[in-house]
Amino acid sequence: MAQYLMLIYEDEARWAEAAPETAEQVMKQHEQFVATHKPILRGGHALQPTSTATSLRRERSGGLAVTDGAFVETKEAVGGYYVVEAADLDEAMAVAKDIPAPFGGVEIRPVRESS
Amino acid sequence: MAAAVAEAHRTEWAFVLAATIRVTRDLTMAEDCVQDAYAKALTAWTAQGIPGKPGAWLTTVARRRAFDLADKSDVARRALPLLVTDQVAAGSERAGGEEIDDDRLRLIFTCCHPALAPEAQAALALRLLCGLSTPEVARAFLVGESAMAARITRAKKKIAAARIPYRIPPLAELPDRIESVLTVVHLLFATGHTAPAGADLVRRDLVERAFDLARMVRSLLPGDPEVASLLALILLTDARRRTRVSDEGHLLLLADQDRSQWDRSEIEEGLHLVAAAIRKGRPRRFALMAAITAVHADSPSWDATDWQELVGLYDLLLDAWPSPVVALNKAVAVGFAAGPAAGLAALKPLENEPQLTTYGYLASARADLLRRLGRIPEALASYEEALAVTENEVERSFLSQRIADLKPSG
Repeated sequence: MAQYLMLIYEDEARWAEAAPETAEQVMKQHEQFVATHKPILRGGHALQPTSTATSLRRERSGGLAVTDGAFVETKEAVGGYYVVEAADLDEAMAVAKDIPAPFGGVEIRPVRESS
Repeated sequence: MAAAVAEAHRTEWAFVLAATIRVTRDLTMAEDCVQDAYAKALTAWTAQGIPGKPGAWLTTVARRRAFDLADKSDVARRALPLLVTDQVAAGSERAGGEEIDDDRLRLIFTCCHPALAPEAQAALALRLLCGLSTPEVARAFLVGESAMAARITRAKKKIAAARIPYRIPPLAELPDRIESVLTVVHLLFATGHTAPAGADLVRRDLVERAFDLARMVRSLLPGDPEVASLLALILLTDARRRTRVSDEGHLLLLADQDRSQWDRSEIEEGLHLVAAAIRKGRPRRFALMAAITAVHADSPSWDATDWQELVGLYDLLLDAWPSPVVALNKAVAVGFAAGPAAGLAALKPLENEPQLTTYGYLASARADLLRRLGRIPEALASYEEALAVTENEVERSFLSQRIADLKPSG
């Protein structure tokens, strides 16, 4: 068994414009996803938008630069994640297909096994 | 003896490698073991004669080497996780020898996994299924050796680290996964049939590899209509190989080819396969592509071509597999079924298609329609546009000739 991190990338602008009913509906879909896949879920949360993010970057001088915002500014940003246990990539992909992400998609990253 | 080993290399490589991967669960280690077995064959077969089943002999030797390496606990220092594979019945596994499971399908589905980039899938297919060396694979795709080595290493690393499984997909996923495999084989054939660049129109080496792969997949999945259809498509297209270039090295279009020189036995086999595939129910992408090629292969002359039938088939193909390239081919068929003005109208919506901006056949199809309408200055401009994005020398000389013919003399 291996673990996969499922990063939910979505367009924050479109989320901001979405009707409350849409948000409510997507939340229901997440609840359903969690209920369906409970036995293999090892974690997961929705995140506050990147406007609340703080980034720390090590400078060449050795100091730490603190900036307001995401580490890399992109149109689509990580808005939530799940950690899933699966035997292989095929299983992980089958689970990822069930993750609601109406304004973007899901990136599957294998978690490196500690040895 | 070298010839016998070379023959076994071409026909048995995938079988031997696939069976060895089962032992090593590491692609590179398995390749090394198989390479080693072929080197041993050269001396052993010279001394003892060619074995009755060269594939079984090579597999036994390669797997013995793999077991040796596994015992030497090199495993602890391995860089990549072991391949994920399905359970295999224990027992005869270690005894090896005559009764070795055919693992080739597993290897095929791993190489052509949709989570790998298409160019990585094609490179792995040539390397792992056809046994080509990295320099040979690099030449096949006209890229540098180090770039190709990096591409193959990266793909192998992803297979191991992301745990792309070494197994046959479950029934529900099978049609999509088979399509992924067939797309790779078709890409190899298309690249060989009309080389994207270079002096030769055809890259025979790639065409032969695509044939080998299509026949291999067909032998492993004999009941699948799409698999049969891809083989048919390759047969029906390749049947024209002797007539595509004139004795002087000029490109000959379908209209100008000597159909008596087409390969009848390939056509017969292809037609038989398409007919059988279509009887199996609603045709999918490759069945329709093969059916389109069959219309040409079966037509006694260019003038007798059933263009209405072709337009209908292209409509079905657009439905099953929407693609701007298919829409372009349909527009060409419309240009013959209903005249060049209708063809031009069908081409119009494709002019802004991003996928076709560097696709020379869009400009050359437009040029031909304009030429037939007598709109010579516009036709000339379109031929020039096609020439600017065409890198195959035989096709370039064809386009240049068209331009010279259309230019007012003097």
